[in-house]
Amino acid sequence: MGRPPSPFGTMIKYEPKALHVIGGKPTDRPDAIDKVTGRARYAADINLPGQLFGKVLRSPHAHANILSIDVSAAEKLPGVKAVVTRDDFPDMEVEYAASGELMINFKDVTRNMMAREKVLYDGHPVAAVAATSEAIAKKALKLIKVEYEVLPHVINVVEAMQPGAPVLHDDMFTRGVEPKPEKPSNVALRMTSKLGDVEAGFKKADVIIEREYNTAATHQGYIEPHASVAHYTDGGVAEVWTATQGHFVFRAQIAKLLKMDISKVKVTPCELGGGFGGKNNVYLEPLAVKLSQKSRRPVKMVMTRDEVFRASGPTSGTNVKVKMGATKDGKITAAFAEMNYQAGAFAGSSLGLAAITVFTRYDLENVLVVGHDVVCNRPKVAAYRAPGAPMIAFGVEGVVDELAEALKIDPIEFRLRNAAKEGTQTHFGPKLARIGYIETLERAKQLDHLKIPLGPNQGRGVATGFWFTLGMETSATININEDGTASVIFGTVDVTGGMRSAFSMIVAEELGITADKVRAIPSDTSVLGFNFMTAGSRGTTAGSMAVVKATRNAIARMCEIAARKWGVDQDQVVFENGHCRPAGSNVGDFEPLSVPALAKEASYYGGTIAGHAEINVVNQGPGFGTHVVDVEVDRQTGAVKVLRYSIVQDAGKAVFPDFVKGQWHGAAAQGIGMALNEEYLYNDKGQMINAGFLDYRIPVASDLPYLHAEIVEVPNPNHPYGVRGVGEVPIIPPIAAIANAIYDATGVRVYEQPFSPPRILAALDAVAPKMAAE
Amino acid sequence: MARHHVNCTINGDHVDYLCDTSQSLLDVLRDELELTGTKEGCATGDCGACSVIVDGVLVCSCLAMGAEMNGKSIETVEGMASGNELHPLQRHFIDKIALQCGICTPGLLMASRKLLERNPDPSEEEIRFWLAGNLCRCTGYNNIVDAVKAAAAEMRGA
Amino acid sequence: MTDLRYEAPATADAAIALLAKATGTTRILAGGTDVLVQLHADMIEPELVVDIKRIPGLNGISREAGGWRFGATATGIELMDHEGFSKAWPGIIDGVKLIGSMQVKGRATVAGNLCNASPAADSVPPLMSSGVIATVVGPNGKRDIPVSDVCTGPGKTSLAKGEIVTSFFVPDAPPHSGSAYLRFTPRTEMDIAVVGVSVNITLDASGTCTAATMALGAVAEKPILVPDAAKALVGTKVDEAALDKLAAVASAACRPIDDKRGTKIFRIKVAGVLAKRTAAIALQRAKGGAK
Repeated sequence: MGRPPSPFGTMIKYEPKALHVIGGKPTDRPDAIDKVTGRARYAADINLPGQLFGKVLRSPHAHANILSIDVSAAEKLPGVKAVVTRDDFPDMEVEYAASGELMINFKDVTRNMMAREKVLYDGHPVAAVAATSEAIAKKALKLIKVEYEVLPHVINVVEAMQPGAPVLHDDMFTRGVEPKPEKPSNVALRMTSKLGDVEAGFKKADVIIEREYNTAATHQGYIEPHASVAHYTDGGVAEVWTATQGHFVFRAQIAKLLKMDISKVKVTPCELGGGFGGKNNVYLEPLAVKLSQKSRRPVKMVMTRDEVFRASGPTSGTNVKVKMGATKDGKITAAFAEMNYQAGAFAGSSLGLAAITVFTRYDLENVLVVGHDVVCNRPKVAAYRAPGAPMIAFGVEGVVDELAEALKIDPIEFRLRNAAKEGTQTHFGPKLARIGYIETLERAKQLDHLKIPLGPNQGRGVATGFWFTLGMETSATININEDGTASVIFGTVDVTGGMRSAFSMIVAEELGITADKVRAIPSDTSVLGFNFMTAGSRGTTAGSMAVVKATRNAIARMCEIAARKWGVDQDQVVFENGHCRPAGSNVGDFEPLSVPALAKEASYYGGTIAGHAEINVVNQGPGFGTHVVDVEVDRQTGAVKVLRYSIVQDAGKAVFPDFVKGQWHGAAAQGIGMALNEEYLYNDKGQMINAGFLDYRIPVASDLPYLHAEIVEVPNPNHPYGVRGVGEVPIIPPIAAIANAIYDATGVRVYEQPFSPPRILAALDAVAPKMAAE
Repeated sequence: MARHHVNCTINGDHVDYLCDTSQSLLDVLRDELELTGTKEGCATGDCGACSVIVDGVLVCSCLAMGAEMNGKSIETVEGMASGNELHPLQRHFIDKIALQCGICTPGLLMASRKLLERNPDPSEEEIRFWLAGNLCRCTGYNNIVDAVKAAAAEMRGA
Repeated sequence: MTDLRYEAPATADAAIALLAKATGTTRILAGGTDVLVQLHADMIEPELVVDIKRIPGLNGISREAGGWRFGATATGIELMDHEGFSKAWPGIIDGVKLIGSMQVKGRATVAGNLCNASPAADSVPPLMSSGVIATVVGPNGKRDIPVSDVCTGPGKTSLAKGEIVTSFFVPDAPPHSGSAYLRFTPRTEMDIAVVGVSVNITLDASGTCTAATMALGAVAEKPILVPDAAKALVGTKVDEAALDKLAAVASAACRPIDDKRGTKIFRIKVAGVLAKRTAAIALQRAKGGAK
């Protein structure tokens, strides 16, 4: 992932102390009232005077050369005010940048938002139109003539890796292979990572299990389609209201793609209707700005659900091989994984992240991980909650389950014998600091869930997950208002509304006031320094670090005011329980000053009280979780029903525990969806055939049981309140846990996700005669 | 293109509007009347984010034409609270953390309200099946079930 | 794209005249739950949409001699909420309950479900196995046809230009009859049938089956009646052996395709599985059991 962590980064060690606000329930959720009354404003709810409607013409082909584009008829249609194609955007050099949890390359980003030489997937943008109504814009799209030379395409990751597969990019020579390959291929990157000696490790094993797994691409499935409103002013400034997980990153990308100064782009993140990693990338934004510039009118663009599926990023579908060996007493001696990950049309899958998570629940001496990042004729993958991890966990946790079974050891006990802990050396570099994996396993053993007897055709499965927590650039400003209330302005996007509550609670804790006296306000790009996006579970962890720093700046300022008022040195003033007090009895007999009292005095003693922080957060503490699931399998139809589900996870310290549990329910539900039904389906032309919520089946309320969540708290040593990232871990175990439960119920192992009824029925029927014979 | 002149009632107020045949009731609410509380998630009746009540019937506003609404009485999320007094469902949705991103919330509130009108004491299973037409990707539905139950209890006076 | 015209005539005759006069594609708007989806996706570009919901007499559910009649604009929820009808025809209600979400059932009609002519329509197999008659009115007058004669293929019906279905007649079943419909879908709700099976059973006083019908959905180019169902069940006590026979008959009647919703093999096998399960419920109901 680019450069190693900066030595100039910020980290605040854990400060154990009694807490008054954190860990409780805030008196209100600042975002929630407007959300229940319909007044919260999402990007598609923004309307500007004189606004036009923009629509995108998309490729119907999976792979084709663009021979010509004729927009003349569309331009002549009354009501059409602007049309843009590849010719309206500058070409970009190869240049990498971080965007969420994945890396992007601007040469590819400009080609993904608007095809240049080729179209590389069904849904790839070819032109865009702005018109006075949506109906006219749609009519104009039909008047654009695009001449294609259709090329052979490839959808499947294993097929894309074969010699002779249709090559998407003539200039793609596999990186990480010496010497450089002579021919271009779809393998963008080969990576390896190792620890110890796996061959020697396997020799020590009494049992070795080696399996191959396949997973389908799945979509984040946020209910809000991508939407953007752009206004390019006559002064040459682009103002954008959009659905994003990172407005500063979007600002940088818009500026780069349109060759503008960053100072001339302002991005306002609207209330976000779900992202889960899928709103880490620009799609409509540069098109809307360019259409606005050409038409000299504001332009609104909203994707249809069909466009969301066909053209915004799903996660990687994968092909994975896992081999692990263990001794009779249940100690893993070696672990190997080959990971082949779809990147979609352009390089850059979640491979690198998956490679970090693959075995990082276990304390291992011998590890080898080999990975391939593979392009194919699908939309460019985007991050999806713990990108890449659920798929590899399916393999590893499946093999671990088989090892435990072969050795006749309880699956939780087997994991405990091999569990990662403080000091465990990872295969990718760092040693783990204090973590709570063992605590989640121990707590899982105590679940009432485990005591419930299983009926016929029912089974129980266990799986575990690990995810790191990103740090990165983070800024915040706090203003202590004249009445002693606090306004904290933060630069991470509040993707679920929980951040506003959490930051209010943290500032209240710091200031010794109640959370209702603190207003946490999401920023646009004009009021704070650069912030990285809400990704990698960093929103509340890294965000709160900046908030704490900013608040402590403001506290220092309050101590300065008290010192001036009392005529003492600033170091003779302390801030405790919401008041500035003399540091000792020798300082003088002064009445403590409350925050409101200090606010009142601020003007005379030098001016408004404020604090700010612009930091690069490093060394965030990772999270671990253990899931237990019960399923019932209908042997005659292959239907799998989830009966019970328990989530145990180390939150470090849950700032707002009910909300943390809510995130876990949601993540587990997404993982259950992946396990049971979700997948991208293509026809033989390479066109997606289930691009809608009817046939891309995310779970509905009646598909799910009540999800039980239990919080374990092992404080993160590198956060003042011990907070860990919580949002991503719980999507990792469900596929594996459900596969293990299906085995427990039926005696049949499944190696391909999703576990849809036809697939399960076929697997059951394949072994039925054998079982009958035995 | 001739536009249709439609007279109807929305949240108790008389409203008239002009619309094209191609506009759904959802399009009219959002684009013509700026009642953007009703959300579009799919425009094909598969997600329920656009749920409204028309003449007492819970419907997806994306599956009704704007042109059909002459004489109809339409209720949207904007009309759910009475003044500054939130509806019990709205309060319990906040209290039970039945919403995160909130995009599905207006539709879920309308659907839940209709459920409680028909069945003041629904079981968990009845809630889950009634709300199956409303997709939520953030919550896993747990807290929504809890919120509906809590609101039902309060509304029953239990 | 032509400019789409919307008309809401006050009489069936006016509706028929509008449809008959139109030169391009037309659509009848009852519930609209299919039409609006098709419009949104540009799958159809009709010149005229005729809203029949304002025609008096096309709505409602009522008793008439020898059976029940419900109108073309009666919605799913109206049928489900009708105590008398839903008690008399649980099999039809099983199907109606599965037409989409509560929101969709608030608008969708059985007439629309039928005339949209999807092979997977959930209300159609129970109408077919229950011997329901569709009343069709058109430029050449009125005719009554069995529902099983309406759908001819995916999206295709036997209705002539200008004809509309105005109501359905559901003839009363003999005593000791029961009906049921089950479908298989990957999700519990909000899904399209991968297989749908409707079974109607009539018993004599001793519990021997005297009549049986079965219809299947989503296993052929249209919902189909399976006449051999009677051979499997009539004269039996609908015991395990008879049910196995029925399952075999159901599977044998399938002529499905592989598509994104299911494979041929899966559909054929599950049709048999569901035939047994559906018949068991119908039997229970015929015996007067609650379910």
